Amino acid sequence: MKPIIATLRRLAAGIVGQFLLLLVRFLTAVRADWKGIEPIPRQRVYFANHTSNGDMPMIWASLPPAIRRNVRPVAAADYWLKNKLRAFVGPEVFNCVLVDRRPEVKDKPMDKIVAALKEGSSLIIFPEGNRNMTDDPLLPFKAGLYNMGLAMPDVDLVPTWVANLNEIMPKGEVIPLPLICTVTFGAPMHVQDGESKDDFLRRAEQALVALKPVVRS
Amino acid sequence: MTDTTNDILLLSFGAFAILLGLTFLGEALRSRQSINNPNPVIDTYMTRVRSWWAMVAFIGIAMLLGKLGVTLLFAFASFAALREFLTLTTKARADHMSLALGFFVLLPLQYIFVAFEWSGLYSLMIPVYAFLMLPIVSALRGNADRFLIRVAETQWGLMIAVYCVSHVPALMNLDIYANGDRSVLLVTFLVMVVQLGDLLEYFFGRRFGRTRIAPGLSPKTWEGVAFGVASAMLIGALLNWITPFGVLGAMGMAGIASLVGMFGNLVFAAIKRDRGVKDWSHLIPGQGGFVDQLDSVIFAAPIFYHLTRYFWVG
Repeated sequence: MKPIIATLRRLAAGIVGQFLLLLVRFLTAVRADWKGIEPIPRQRVYFANHTSNGDMPMIWASLPPAIRRNVRPVAAADYWLKNKLRAFVGPEVFNCVLVDRRPEVKDKPMDKIVAALKEGSSLIIFPEGNRNMTDDPLLPFKAGLYNMGLAMPDVDLVPTWVANLNEIMPKGEVIPLPLICTVTFGAPMHVQDGESKDDFLRRAEQALVALKPVVRS
Repeated sequence: MTDTTNDILLLSFGAFAILLGLTFLGEALRSRQSINNPNPVIDTYMTRVRSWWAMVAFIGIAMLLGKLGVTLLFAFASFAALREFLTLTTKARADHMSLALGFFVLLPLQYIFVAFEWSGLYSLMIPVYAFLMLPIVSALRGNADRFLIRVAETQWGLMIAVYCVSHVPALMNLDIYANGDRSVLLVTFLVMVVQLGDLLEYFFGRRFGRTRIAPGLSPKTWEGVAFGVASAMLIGALLNWITPFGVLGAMGMAGIASLVGMFGNLVFAAIKRDRGVKDWSHLIPGQGGFVDQLDSVIFAAPIFYHLTRYFWVG
């Protein structure tokens, strides 16, 4: 019985995934702009700005299928395990790496992240740690990205800017606007020899902000 | 099978035959160029022809489904065009509600009015009611920063992407024929003369064009436009049997629609240049967005509609 249920769940996850893809494409016609890299299935950590809960599905939907299959978003366990539906969508549809940020847990986030990288998965992470509700383009990055770069020096760290989501669904609004969302991928980065944590994080922040499209109006 | 259905099938096969010819022409030209030095004009031409195949199939199927099919097709085109347009316009959080009303209330209402043939409402709702009400909705949120620019650009988007586009299916409401279902062919006539005129303008303009019309905006030349409009008139004359216009009338209407459409294309080129984008979006392969594909039809439709109404609706 168990393997049948597991197969059915996988099938359901696939169908729900396709449905979410269609929904995201209808709502925002999301577009990937590969500025600094080619869309090839190399092992990468896509690190992105975080302004809305839609960021992760947006990046996920903008990736070509071959890359998407091997990508695991890093997400907060407390959010995705809140109810049964989320516990299905987060870990099974998006294949999230769920991390618990409370200091008292034994299962340290970085261990789970590095384990996922060692398995060969690519990751989507939001190094600001929280959603950015300020007018600044980015919050200061947390150390996680630097630690990943140290632990897995061969993995490309790819800055990924999600644009327009602020206008599609500003905080406090109920109806999303079906505007076009653009996800821009920049040139891959690595932690350089002897580079300090702060230097690297500032460099990564600058590389990410540089991708923000300039809108003339 | 009714006469109209027959004519739609005939036109679809005719369009497929033309596309076949255009595809062969492109391939022949391509086979003559050297591999090391590919000609971008031919490549652009070929991608255009390719998405034309898909468009002809879509429009043909919509026509066979009748009035409802055509109205729904253009409602979706409107939605895509409005999304492309409003992505690039100036807006603030204070406009969120008025933009949502544009997408989810005004756009569906406009096409419901077209479907029910309430011409008073679809002619006035956006230019009068939306024009006055949406700025009120935005003003209520109390943000004056660039207010006039915001409301003006939103209104422009609605006029172009909803009001103008909806005048293509609205052609089917014109009471010209005793048996109403033939007016669906006016849609075919408009789309065919405008788009074929554009295609020929592009191709011959690039080959023989000398004098640019607006060098800062677009590579369009007077020679290309003259040739394109002349071919549109010729195509109009050949298609006069699906219209109530007669041969000369069909040539005149085709010429006006094509000319207005080409200058409309210039207007959109100016907007794109101002916003620093090359295409409106990426949704049609090799073509850019729906607005890139439809720009000339968008401009021609309301004028074509009103001239037809003025001269041929008794």
